[in-house]
Order: sequence, then C-alpha cells, then structure tokens
Amino acid sequence: MVPTLTGRIQTRIFLLAVVGGLITLIIVPILPGSAPLGDKYRDGFLVLLSVAVVGVLWELLYHLLMQWRWEKDWPTLFGLVEGVPEGVLIWILLSAGAIPGIAGSVGGAAFLIQFVLVWLGVWLVANGPMRVPFIRWRFHGGRIV
Amino acid sequence: MATDGSAEQPAEAAPTIAARSPVQQAGGGAAGGVAPGGGGGDLTQELLTSDWWTDAMVAAAGIPVVDVPFVTVGGGIGSFVTVDYLRIAGVPTDRMRVLSDIDFPWQTYEYLTRVSQIPRPERIRSDSASRPDNIWGFPSYALAEALRDKTLAPLRQVLVEPIWADYYTPRAGMVFEGLERESKRISYSDMLVKGQVRMVRRRQGGGYFTILTPPEAKPARRVAFRSQFVHIAVGYPGLKFLPELQAFRTENQDFHHVVSAYEDHEHVYDRLRVKPGVVLIRGGGIVSSRVLQRMMDDRAKYNLSFEIVHLFRTYISGSHGPNAWMRRKGGNGFAYQGFNYPKSVWGGQLKAKMRRLEGEQRATEYKLMGGTNTPWRRRWQQQMNQGRAEGWYRVMAGTVEQMKVRDDGMVISMVKTSQGPGEIAADFVIDCTGLEADIAEHRVLADLLEHSGAGRNPVGRLDVERTFELRGTASAPGVIYASGAATLGGYFPGVDTFLGLQIAAQEITDDLARRGFCRKIGPGRSVRQWLRWASNRQP
Repeated sequence: MVPTLTGRIQTRIFLLAVVGGLITLIIVPILPGSAPLGDKYRDGFLVLLSVAVVGVLWELLYHLLMQWRWEKDWPTLFGLVEGVPEGVLIWILLSAGAIPGIAGSVGGAAFLIQFVLVWLGVWLVANGPMRVPFIRWRFHGGRIV
Repeated sequence: MATDGSAEQPAEAAPTIAARSPVQQAGGGAAGGVAPGGGGGDLTQELLTSDWWTDAMVAAAGIPVVDVPFVTVGGGIGSFVTVDYLRIAGVPTDRMRVLSDIDFPWQTYEYLTRVSQIPRPERIRSDSASRPDNIWGFPSYALAEALRDKTLAPLRQVLVEPIWADYYTPRAGMVFEGLERESKRISYSDMLVKGQVRMVRRRQGGGYFTILTPPEAKPARRVAFRSQFVHIAVGYPGLKFLPELQAFRTENQDFHHVVSAYEDHEHVYDRLRVKPGVVLIRGGGIVSSRVLQRMMDDRAKYNLSFEIVHLFRTYISGSHGPNAWMRRKGGNGFAYQGFNYPKSVWGGQLKAKMRRLEGEQRATEYKLMGGTNTPWRRRWQQQMNQGRAEGWYRVMAGTVEQMKVRDDGMVISMVKTSQGPGEIAADFVIDCTGLEADIAEHRVLADLLEHSGAGRNPVGRLDVERTFELRGTASAPGVIYASGAATLGGYFPGVDTFLGLQIAAQEITDDLARRGFCRKIGPGRSVRQWLRWASNRQP
C-alpha cells in the first residue's frame, strides 16, 4: 500500500471496525477465560478500540518514517510487522490497567489470539479484497471518504 | 443537441452509415451510400480550414456520418482500459466505438516489448496490482500466478519486496493472455472500427466529428463519427533519435550498424553469436538494462567473447536528490527506481501532492521525480559486476559529438567526456535513449492543437484537467478526454503506465457518470461486476 496519512488513518479505523469487529464477534466466545460472555465481549471490543485509537498515533510515526523513503511507500511486509510493536504496546497498557472500562483481566493467550487474528485479517483485506468494493480507495491514498 | 438520436438533427444532416454493429443513426440516411451533397467523400478545403464544422459542411463533402455517443481514438491499452471501465459502468457496446489501426489493444505494446527484449516469457516492469485486464487489481498478478502455477513463490516475493527481494513483476505473456480474455468478455471487437483517424473537430451545435479513413478506402474516402464524447489515447507520438544518430543514419543510409532498441534489431545478437565484436549501448533506462541483460545472457549461454561499452549522458554515481527526504538510490551510472515513477504517484503522497501543483512548480516536481531510471535487480547487478571484473563491460560518461564509419567498417563515436575528447569504435550502436518526439509530430494531436483549442501543459504535452478533459476543447455538451503518454505533465504523473491509464479511465468514467452517460460504479455495482469478471461473464 502507498497511502497518505489521512488515508491510512481512515483505512485503519474502517477495517478494524468492519473486519476486526467481525473477527472479534466470532472468536470471543471461544477465547480462553472464565469471565461471563458479556464481559469477554466488552473487553474484546475495548481492546479493538484501543488498537484503533493508539494506532492513530502509530500512524504519525509511520508517516514520519515514510518520508525517508524515496518512493513514499510502505512495503507490504511493514504493514504486517507493525503488528508486533503495536501488540506489545497494547499488552503493556492492558497490564498496567491503562485501558479504561476493562471488565475483568484479559488473559495473555486470549489477547494474543484475538490480536493476531484481527491483525492478519485487516492486513489481508487491505492488501487485496478491499479494492473490490472500493475501486477508488487505492488511488485516493487509502481514503474512504 | 442530439448526437445519439434523430429527433433534433437538422434536416440537412449528413447521411449516416452503420458501424460494424448497429449504432443509432441520425437523419435516416442510406447506409454506406454516396452522400447527396455531391462531394467525393474526401475532406474539402472548407473542412480542412474550419475549426468548427456544421453537419451541412460534412454533408456537402459527401462524407458519410456514423452517430455514436462515445468514440475513443487509438485502440491501444489506453482505449482498452477506458472502454473496459465504461462497459463495467453499464455502457453497452453499441454506444461506443474504438477507432484504431491495430487489430487488438496490446498489438503495439507487444511489438515494442518484444523488440526491446521482453518476449512473452520475460517479465515487464509493472506492479503486481496493475492489471489492465482487471479494474480492481484483485486478484493481483502475483496471486493469479500463484494459483495458476500452484506455487507460493510469487506471494513470498510480494510479501518481502522491495527490500528482501526484487519487486514482483508479471510475465508479458500473462499480461497479454489476461487482456485477451477481458477483451472477449467485454466484446471489444464489436466496438472496434479499423482505420486511420485523421482529425477530431468540434461540431457547431455540440459534440465532435472524428474523421476516419477506412483501410480499404482508395482513393481516400472518409467516414465521420459524430459523437458527444471523444477520448484520445494515441500513445507515444513517435520515437526520436539523438541528433548525431539521426545524422549518421541519414548520411550513411545505415540502419544496420546503428539501431534503435525499439526497432527489430535481432541481427545484432545473431552477428555477435558468430563473431566477436564491440557493442556500444547508449542510455541508462530500463531498455538499456534489458538490452544489456540479453547480451549478458547470450554471452554466458553461448560462451561468447564480445565486449560492451555503455555510454551514459548523465552518470549517476550514488544516491542523489535535493535533501534527505528526496533521495533516490543510484550507482555505476544508473538511477535506481522500482517502477518508472516513485510508487506513491499512483495513489499515495506524491499523487496527492502533484494534484495541487500548477505551472512551473509542477514542471520542477516532474524533473525531480523523473529522469531516466531503471530497477535495481539482483540478477542484473550480478551480471554487470561480473562484466566489470572480467573487463568485457565498460561504462563511460559523456556525449557524442559526431559519428562516422571507419575504413574497416567500425562505427566511430567521437565522445566528449569530462576528461576530454575520446573515440569509441564499435561494430554496433544500440540507441536505448528512448527519446520521444514532440506531440505535434502526431497528426491527430497536431490538429487538436491547431484547430480544436487544445493547449500544452507545463512540460509541453496535452493539457488536461484533473478529470482528463482536454482543456480548451469543450463543445458543450460534448467533451474531449485524453490519457496516456501524450498527456504527461498533468496533475497526475503516472499517465503513461498501466495503472495510470486505469486511474485516468476511472476519472473519465466518473466524469461521464456526472454527465449522465453511464452509471457511477458504487460498492454494490463494483462487487457484482467483480463477480462477473471472476466468472468470465459479460459485464
């Protein structure tokens, strides 16, 4: 992907909401943990929301790094690997109790499974299928509106 | 005005003929009949000199008229991707005509790639998601190749490109096969009308006349396509040789020892296989890399011993650019870049930036990101390193002042370098500079500049709006659009590329949707149409 800053932020929010939301909806019931299903859903969606919100700040950093690239692009693998520091940061925030509204305590395995699946899903959709419904998206720097 | 109906046509409207499939006719004239105007069916002095034509003028010349709302002139990849978009936007074949002197859209492209050393099995320099046969770019060429050949290698390559692998690029053959399938799917041949387009002139009352000379017409008997919309995609106006190369070829009538990489020059490789010699390559772009690769491949494959001298006009010794945020890699003479523009011109930061620039600022930005360049490919680097180490590949920087033939038949190039003058003796000179001729060298474009109000952009080519409307040529409610190499220098830099032509086609389709010619492709239509594409059903 070779998007603009606005496009990246829009795409991140849109895909986390749609693809991430769908994956979260499906996998939460089977995630490890003994909390009531309602609490698990609440925590699952709060984690998703925090990835989106903190991600906007990450995007500013990526945008800065991109300026050193002649092509002003962002190779496909970067989009995948970004997930590592982002996931680690969210886990640190979770562990420190810095994400407001978490009902119980999110287990490491549950977090890892949800984060990895959401990240992979969003990355895969952004690198192909997204172009099918949105034919202008890739030419407009990843903007949806 | 009615360019597609009969009710509002003036009584003296020119007679009409049907194109290859039914088109809506005006005036009810006899198909293919000689016009009652009494003219011989050729262009009259009045037509040649008038910027605006009336139906009566065309009728008086005896030129039959075909009514069709949209014509595209060219018939190459630019025309193809535009009608492909429009077909997907719901336009039936009988509302569009492709006026072209080639039989299928990739004919010229395939010829040029083949002679410049990219036969079907070789890979072109184009991104995986730049598919002229698929407006969505999904599945990408890499995914399609992985599925077809049941291998993960292409996917692994796009995953780690460009840092841990060269950019994935599709094989020329795969591109052509895809185009063939898509042209059948959209019934391209039903829209194709063969012939030479002579000119496009504005019509009083709105729209345009596009004059076509059918191939069998002798003496010249023209056909006028009366349309509301015209799209111009005639490709490169033509090749230009460097002055000293042109002078040498003209004076010596020697088209054998001094060749262009865009001409068939297989005899050079044939001769080098039977007798050693020296070849001078000129230019530092992708074509020079291709020609070099061919020679280095042949050298290794047949154990040959010829030498290669590579002359760069501008020698790039390392990373270059005005500041740390605009620095392109380079070395050994070449400027390195994956594709012919930095990747973000097709949809990222550079596209957004260029869209806002005007005049001199835009021209400056074009200079910064432009310039001759070639991709850094592992295989080429390895071959060139070997050549340098073994002494059979030498690089020079300089300009050639003059060329002459020595008594022994060698071509001597008198070179001016920073170290002083020198001479290069070579059996063959291959010009890979790829200089393009001025747009006025193309008859249709020259006519547009002279008679139809078209102007030039900051880099001297056709001046188009962000919608690809050709500025100054409006004939309300008609519009002329232009895309491709002739419009380079506009608000969008990558116009002369596969993806660029599709971006232009999308802008044109959206503009035509605003004008009511077709439907806007929204997410629902896009998904439905993609499913039709995937199952190879008609749009």
